[in-house]
Amino acid sequence: MAHSLDPQGAAVTASEIAPEGPLRTADGQPLARALARSQARARRQAFLLVLPLLLFVLITFVVPIGQMLQRSVKNDGFSANMPQISAWFAENPPGTEPDAAAWQALALDLQAAAEARSIGVVGTRINYDMPGTRSLFTSAGRQVRRGIEPPYREKLLEMDEDWADPQLWSVMRQASTPYTANFYLAAMDMTRDEAGNIVRVEEQQRVYLMLFMRTLWLSLLITFTTFVLGFPVAHLLATLPMRKSNLLMILVLLPFWTSLLVRTTAWMVLLQQQGVINDVFVWLGIINDSQRLQMIYNQTGTIIAMTHILLPFMILPLYSVMRTINPSYVRAARSLGATSWTAFRRIYFPQTLPGLGAGALLVFILAVGYYITPALVGGSSGQLISNLIAMHMTRTLNWSMAAALAAMLLGGVLILYWLYDRLVGIDNLKLG
Amino acid sequence: MALPKYASTTERIWHYTYLVLCGAIFFFLIAPIVVVIPLSFNAEPYFTFTDEMLAFDPEGYSLRWYDSLLTFGMANPDAPRDGSWWADAWANAKWIKAAKSSVIIGVFSTILATCLGTLAALGLSRPEMPYRRAIMAVLISPMIVPIIITATGMFFFYSNPCELLTWFGLSPQCGKLAGTYLGVILAHATLGIPFVIITVTATLVGFDQSLNRAAASLGANPRRTFFRITMPLILPGVISGALFAFVTSFDEVVAVLFIAGPDQQTIPRQMWNGIREQISPAILAVATLLVIFSIALLTTVELLRRRSEKLRGITPH
Amino acid sequence: MQKTIVLTSALCGFGLAAQAQNQEVNVVSWGGAYERSQVEAYNIPFAKKTGIKVNMLAADNPATPLKAQVEAGNITGDVFDIEVSDAIRLCDEGALVEIDPADLPPAPDGTPAAEDFIPGALRECAVANIFWGTVIAFDTTKFGDNPPATAADFFDLEKFPGKRGLPRNPKRTLYLALIADGVAADAIYDTLDTPEGVDRAFARLDTIKNDVVWWDAGAQPVQLLADGEVSMATGYNGRFFDAMVSEGKPFQIIWDGQYMDLDMFAIPKGSPNPEAAMAYLKFATDTQRLADQARYIAYGPSRKSSAALVGLYQDGKTEMGPHMPTNPEHMTTAVMDDPEWWADHDAEMVERFNAWLAN
Repeated sequence: MAHSLDPQGAAVTASEIAPEGPLRTADGQPLARALARSQARARRQAFLLVLPLLLFVLITFVVPIGQMLQRSVKNDGFSANMPQISAWFAENPPGTEPDAAAWQALALDLQAAAEARSIGVVGTRINYDMPGTRSLFTSAGRQVRRGIEPPYREKLLEMDEDWADPQLWSVMRQASTPYTANFYLAAMDMTRDEAGNIVRVEEQQRVYLMLFMRTLWLSLLITFTTFVLGFPVAHLLATLPMRKSNLLMILVLLPFWTSLLVRTTAWMVLLQQQGVINDVFVWLGIINDSQRLQMIYNQTGTIIAMTHILLPFMILPLYSVMRTINPSYVRAARSLGATSWTAFRRIYFPQTLPGLGAGALLVFILAVGYYITPALVGGSSGQLISNLIAMHMTRTLNWSMAAALAAMLLGGVLILYWLYDRLVGIDNLKLG
Repeated sequence: MALPKYASTTERIWHYTYLVLCGAIFFFLIAPIVVVIPLSFNAEPYFTFTDEMLAFDPEGYSLRWYDSLLTFGMANPDAPRDGSWWADAWANAKWIKAAKSSVIIGVFSTILATCLGTLAALGLSRPEMPYRRAIMAVLISPMIVPIIITATGMFFFYSNPCELLTWFGLSPQCGKLAGTYLGVILAHATLGIPFVIITVTATLVGFDQSLNRAAASLGANPRRTFFRITMPLILPGVISGALFAFVTSFDEVVAVLFIAGPDQQTIPRQMWNGIREQISPAILAVATLLVIFSIALLTTVELLRRRSEKLRGITPH
Repeated sequence: MQKTIVLTSALCGFGLAAQAQNQEVNVVSWGGAYERSQVEAYNIPFAKKTGIKVNMLAADNPATPLKAQVEAGNITGDVFDIEVSDAIRLCDEGALVEIDPADLPPAPDGTPAAEDFIPGALRECAVANIFWGTVIAFDTTKFGDNPPATAADFFDLEKFPGKRGLPRNPKRTLYLALIADGVAADAIYDTLDTPEGVDRAFARLDTIKNDVVWWDAGAQPVQLLADGEVSMATGYNGRFFDAMVSEGKPFQIIWDGQYMDLDMFAIPKGSPNPEAAMAYLKFATDTQRLADQARYIAYGPSRKSSAALVGLYQDGKTEMGPHMPTNPEHMTTAVMDDPEWWADHDAEMVERFNAWLAN
């Protein structure tokens, strides 16, 4: 921290003197060079302070995510375990009828994969693109494990006629290179037909675009509800005397500091059919005991719980902007004849926009990636895209698919993050 | 906020409506957290107030769910409650084991995040820092990137960290980080770093750099200047950053779900199991304890913030 | 770059150091009453006999963490309690340790294990412990004198009002819709093999879709019924039995259209404690242990020789026979799991099911 030469101080002196000929420092060096050197040193020092953390974050965070995204375009489940047929595909252009060499390559690869016990992996890979084919591979594998003799084509067709299916060959060709864009196609509810053209999948299989839309729509809705609920509260906190507002602020900060799981559990307890809110409604006579409201395990549950959880992220930035708004502007407007509504709309509200923008973007960014709360209270209609990523990660184990969906979500979030940085500035992010 | 004297009747009505509305929103914010507390003393396995509870009948209340936190997982829960019973609870009770894991992971990840984060914040708040904005964006990103994506990436990477080295043409054999304490600690440190950076840089905004120069001109070397001048001044910011990092780790479940092994069952992980499995009021007892814990943390942070503002000579708003 | 390498190697070093070994075995099972029965019947006697500590971990479906751990090359569990279809699939992928039936303990009368186990209970890489059923249960307080009795009643919202609890997966929902639609139990998979059959199942599910609460973990349907969130739910028969008999809940089981499945123990290749794992597997699948488990939960043992040893429930008065999914009376309309079919169509059906759920 201690510099023998303070660059800023020196610059001021230099411009004040405005000399003729090069200025020199006390030890006779040209001032410009000494200055540059000292500044370079200061830059280096500052950078060295940041470097350990930067490396840490790069290794434990950026690289893992990059590695994961690589999986969205790379899947060598077929190409690595079926080398001969993959080579045949590489040599022959698309549209070539499988010849004797192709059948031989396929049969020998199947045998080798069955022996190496990787036939399941091969079948799984093809099954992603063409459902129902996994057993074709595994059952063929069981039969050829002990060896297979020519004629290969006839032997394979004897086991199952589906081996001649042109679509199967087209799918195998696509899988014969480790890199593919098919998972991104699938993530947009599209697929390739026999001829390799991109087409939409059948209607009852379309799910991802709808879920992306739902995630966007629910996040927007939640951002809006946090704004509606957060604005009056932030305004009250900003205009009350310090002592009172500090006291009320605790009511905003306590939820902020309370465990996410605790808050989600609390909502499960409150919103259940046999829960506190329904009990109160029945007791008040608003509803009949037999028509208790279904407020959880659906979108309503997700919206209520996420609004509650994200509300502090809206209130805090709004509050810190509103604190700085000079009340005399509104008073001036009133004294010039504006009604309180006009004064609010034309004078006060525009000044809160920076806080509103910061809060809204932050809430939206966090909502888009939410996982825990929808998983616990969302039922089936309240699931977001994150839940589908988790499902592909842990249940279907189609990791390439999970990575493709994650890449699309991440792209969206990073655009919003960039926007946030441009409009608000990351430095202005405040906590509590 | 007082109503001006010239306010019209409509404005008065509107003003009181507004206050009631704000009251309702405050209620919405705090009620879910408060309602958990009495329910955790429910004598019955229900999530709603029984008639006995509403009548304040002592019969309706009990500590059975708190007791079940101790006995769940014990080898001999029905033994007489002497020294060996407590030793059994300490060694085997699932919630106690979870608390131990949570504390170990929380403490070490906090130390890591705070040390690295504070150093970086010092660098970032120097005017000479090159590429400040871009680097800041990278360092804050763990807070922004959806946790499911982060956890997924870490899951692959920590399962085989040496895969990274194959990019450099090396193919070393090494262990894995997934399923180890170190792996979870590294993951949580990464997630806690943005909070340390944000709070410490915020403290440094009000930091008067001439104090450092004064120390230097009086003959202190950089290290001495740091420990005697800078550190005491930014300490409140560092501590609240550390608390944020600790809470982040203490509350984190997704990364734990993906990368922790059987030994790293933390409290949130245990809660997640409990909620998915069978939400008995025992979960509410844990929730109550966690609420008390967060009240304590919040108080600490608030006291620190005020102290920091006083130290830096910023009058509170 | 140098620094990166040094740092990474340092990190890896720590990782290795943290992998300290001691005598224990990590068993991943399904949680709840089922887990408790395994703790009582297997774990406690095993620990007593061998001194090896058993850590029991719960999962919604243990195959999920198992598959993930295998794929990532990061195995933390030693023994996994999984369904047949998963056992076959993972065995095909070379992820599981092969098990020689000759290594397994014979029946008390000396019958070798290969003959003592019920057909289908021994696989290349896995050994079954129990038969279990997915069944419908209802709250007897809800329907009075005219209770539901068939799978079709489950879909009849007019005669039997109330929400329904169903698992959030195609495997345990599609068959039920078809049974309710009048398809014979042995024709289920032939029907599902055709696109029209799948459409038919979804069309039937459509009729109750708005009144379904979906569950993920085996303990949830019991909880949903107990809380009054649903009036009827499908779930694992042992869980309902536990709630009815040991907690005295007013539930009743409908055996019509039960879905029968086997649960198997399997050991992944590269598990942290392979010897302890194999010792545990052998111990837990011997005649006495399998019979003991039925003392704690109503699942049928997979060994013929165990059947004779199954007597009363742990309360000392409930006869287990009428509660067993393997009881001949319950088998008449039972759908047997078809692991091969599901290995082929699981991913496709899950996708379609999710699309259906989301729309």
